[in-house]
Amino acid sequence: MRNVLGPSGIGTKASSSSAHLLSLSQRDLDSVHSSAMGSLSSHAAIIPDLDSIRRETGCECARLRWLEPGGWGRRRCNAARMDLQRIGALAVNPLGDRIIESFFPDGGQQVDFAGFARVLAHFRPVDDEDIGNRDPKQPEPLNSRTNKLRFAFQLYDLDRDGKISRREMLQVLRLMVGVQVTEEQLESIADRTVQEADEDGDGAVSFLEFTKSLEKMNIEQKMSIRILK
Amino acid sequence: MGRLCTLLGPLSVSHGAASPSPILFRELYLPPMHPLLSSPQGSLWKIFHLSHKVTSVVPESALLIVLGLVLGGIVWAADHIASFTLTPTVFFFYLLPPIVLDAGYFMPNRLFFGNLGTILLYAVIGTIWNAATTGLSLYGVFLSGLMGELQIGLLDFLLFGSLIAAVDPVAVLAVFEEVHVNEVLFIIVFGESLLNDAVTVVLYNVFESFVTLGSDNVTGVDCVKGIVSFFVVSLGGTLVGIVFAFLLSLVTRFTKHVRIIEPGFVFVISYLSYLTSEMLSLSAILAITFCGICCQKYVTANISEQSATTVRYTMKMLASGAETIIFMFLGISAVDPLIWTWNTAFVLLTLVFISVYRAIGVVLQTWILNRYRMVQLEIIDQVVMSYGGLRGAVAYALVVLLDQEKVKEKNLFVSTTIIVVFFTVIFQGLTIKPLVQWLKVKRSEQREPRLNEKLHGRAFDHILSAIEDISGQIGHNYLRDKWSNFDRKFLSKILMRRSAQKSRDRILNVFHELNLKDAISYVAEGERRGSLAFIRSPSTDNMVNVDFSTPRPSVVEASVSYLLRENVSAVCLDMQSLQQRRRSIRDTEDMVTHHTLQQYLYKPRQEYKYLYSRHGLAANEDEKQDKEIFHRTMRKRLESFKSAKLGVNQNKKAAKLYRRERAQKRRNSSIPNGKLPTESLAHSFPLGDKDLELSDPEEAPNYDAEETNGGIEFLANVTKDTASDSPTGIDNPVFSPDEDPTPSILARAPPWLCPGEAVVPSQRARVQIPHSPGHLRRLAPFRLSSSSADSVPPPAGPEEPPQPGPRDSTHM
Repeated sequence: MRNVLGPSGIGTKASSSSAHLLSLSQRDLDSVHSSAMGSLSSHAAIIPDLDSIRRETGCECARLRWLEPGGWGRRRCNAARMDLQRIGALAVNPLGDRIIESFFPDGGQQVDFAGFARVLAHFRPVDDEDIGNRDPKQPEPLNSRTNKLRFAFQLYDLDRDGKISRREMLQVLRLMVGVQVTEEQLESIADRTVQEADEDGDGAVSFLEFTKSLEKMNIEQKMSIRILK
Repeated sequence: MGRLCTLLGPLSVSHGAASPSPILFRELYLPPMHPLLSSPQGSLWKIFHLSHKVTSVVPESALLIVLGLVLGGIVWAADHIASFTLTPTVFFFYLLPPIVLDAGYFMPNRLFFGNLGTILLYAVIGTIWNAATTGLSLYGVFLSGLMGELQIGLLDFLLFGSLIAAVDPVAVLAVFEEVHVNEVLFIIVFGESLLNDAVTVVLYNVFESFVTLGSDNVTGVDCVKGIVSFFVVSLGGTLVGIVFAFLLSLVTRFTKHVRIIEPGFVFVISYLSYLTSEMLSLSAILAITFCGICCQKYVTANISEQSATTVRYTMKMLASGAETIIFMFLGISAVDPLIWTWNTAFVLLTLVFISVYRAIGVVLQTWILNRYRMVQLEIIDQVVMSYGGLRGAVAYALVVLLDQEKVKEKNLFVSTTIIVVFFTVIFQGLTIKPLVQWLKVKRSEQREPRLNEKLHGRAFDHILSAIEDISGQIGHNYLRDKWSNFDRKFLSKILMRRSAQKSRDRILNVFHELNLKDAISYVAEGERRGSLAFIRSPSTDNMVNVDFSTPRPSVVEASVSYLLRENVSAVCLDMQSLQQRRRSIRDTEDMVTHHTLQQYLYKPRQEYKYLYSRHGLAANEDEKQDKEIFHRTMRKRLESFKSAKLGVNQNKKAAKLYRRERAQKRRNSSIPNGKLPTESLAHSFPLGDKDLELSDPEEAPNYDAEETNGGIEFLANVTKDTASDSPTGIDNPVFSPDEDPTPSILARAPPWLCPGEAVVPSQRARVQIPHSPGHLRRLAPFRLSSSSADSVPPPAGPEEPPQPGPRDSTHM
């Protein structure tokens, strides 16, 4: 089968064109971006996907695990929940399962590359230039402070009612605290945490309150991964 | 006090440096030294250790040097002879090997090999650059006449440059240990200091022989020889280390019946690698480093747990002791008027040149490296790297080795080296910590963060680690996959015990250890709870202090938790805050809460992994935590999986397939390799058994899976109990003191014997599941992969996707 992107392609042996889509190397991407899409127009149906992903998220897609040899994308377009669950380090991450869930917002079992990159894009570092140059009319980039916080907030807010209830807080605490802590202590901690952030007295933490309770924190730095640039 | 013991021990040693076995000698002399411990120095040392204010500002190595200076002064005042000096023999043969072996054996392999290219560049090019520029610049200044009259030539300067150029592993470790920089930065500086030994040795030897020959007689052939000898020395040393590591692993494979001397082999054979390569004039440091790096995996798998602990502690102890001794001796050795020759220009310029050229070298090399590195080394990193170029005892020992006959200005070199060492260790060691703190993000005020910040901050850390893992940005390369395949197919077969090979199946391994840990934790928890009950307020005492024989109905549990919630301060685990109960309740509550969070929040990966520590064996705590989390995660996944699949997989086809597989299994069961894992699988994977039987997660736990099987296994039961918690993931922590496993196992009836049960598992499920390892295969996601990659950290994801294809390459 002919290589989709000419000499620099890597996934020449893949059996389906969809596999090609996600097995692009960095050079492939560059060649796509540098060429005026002229000679490649026949593949436009495939490429814009990646291209627009890159524009939207700013991720260097080709660096992601997805595209690595033996990565999920090597076999098919979508990653299943199981693929993520197979990552060993996630099993020892107390929030691992919730983070996996966040890749499957609608409870589905599959995530395509666009969705995958979009989630990861939350963790791009904030570039100072980006902030200066940004068009105020455009929607906030995914890696803005608010969006970073919203990502975290959604990990807490399981029932998606826009509030972290005491119950939800307790669940997260249970995940994150060692077994030495008794249930009672946990409950009191959860109570206290909610109380501390709760300003309108409804016994739950809204996103606004959540943001406020963390206003002193350097979220831009704490929620960024340098290498996701 | 014990440390001082090792401190003062060698004082008696070097006195008789010619004694055949100083180590033995020292041990023999330890008991009589004990009275010395109450001496002023002893108490001084104690103060150092006790006063955190001092040690948090001044690095230990600097304190030790100062202490050495004081001791040396006392000795000098008494004797007027420098009786004790650090001789190169003692240093190279007895003090250095333990430190380097320790560094190699506990090397975070993945990090090390991941940055090997960078490390090598700094170690080889960087050291050569430092040596050449420092030597040449000093020579240039000498020609200008600034240093006055010296009997010195170009080659002498180059010789001096080569011995002063190398960053010293001992000093780097001692200082960086206390400065907590990120692990990449640490491994680069540390790795460089270890690997540059080969370069130093070669440069030193080459220039020394050149000096001996005289500058007129050096030919081009000699230079070529020097370059060739670099490769011989470095690669030869590495090879020797690998060969001995192979030997060591092989030996430990067959020490099953001589457990008691197992740890001895580790030390003796590694030391042999050092001596051998020293004998062959190869790089001994490289040899012992690689011996440690290569053998760690196999040795740990082969030797018994006790032996492993012994090895760990002995190694750390020896290394700590050796390090202490080295720095003390550096101080003591400096008190000797005979070696001091002062030349202001020479000393000052050396200091300036080594700092400046180090910085320039780092910047240049980093500029090149950053074009290839995924993790960029930023300006801050470069500053720390240049500033962390500490010189130490290696340089000193090398300079003392010089021959006064050949190098006329030996004493000038010696005193300059001492000054350089002292300057880098004391001054840079002192200032690097503030520098690191200052360069890093400005720290917010030192207030106790609010509860929300603390909790969410920790959550963010976990999120970041998870995202890093998912995006797979770190590590993972093709070579590692290839290597792990090779390792699994050949090396492990040769070097590991049969039993170790078998238990290498990741999941089984993890589960086995998990179960063991569970059992231990239960006992500990029970004991702890017994005592805890006394602390609690009398009103709740009766209810909380459950004795182990009666199971507690959940109604009571609820009421207890309710009661306890009413008076939180009474439930505090912390003795200190208990004493302050008289304070206002509000204060105490806050304190308790903060304290609890501080202590028990799981630490995210970045904080604890990959850090080499001379003085700590941190891994245990983390492993425990990992397993705890892993355990919970697996349980949750099993539950969600069960709820998703139970309805689906009931069809006949699956059952047929499953039966066929079982038959296959039975046929294969005579093959030991096929049988054993499945057997242990049945025991150590009780989660699966049990969860599949449980149709309704809320119902009472089902304990007789094992009992009907006839094989009641405590460990299995323990896990089962924990697995019985509610499926939503919000259940009580696994070992929560409010759960009492032992009685409940015996007391609670199996679910299908309960009259009020909602869903009864199918007949087949009841009968077959407990016996069948095969049913795990039917359920695709729980396919056990015996071929999971070696590079995966212990708790590799146990689920395998249903689809075929290469499965072992995607981790990490």
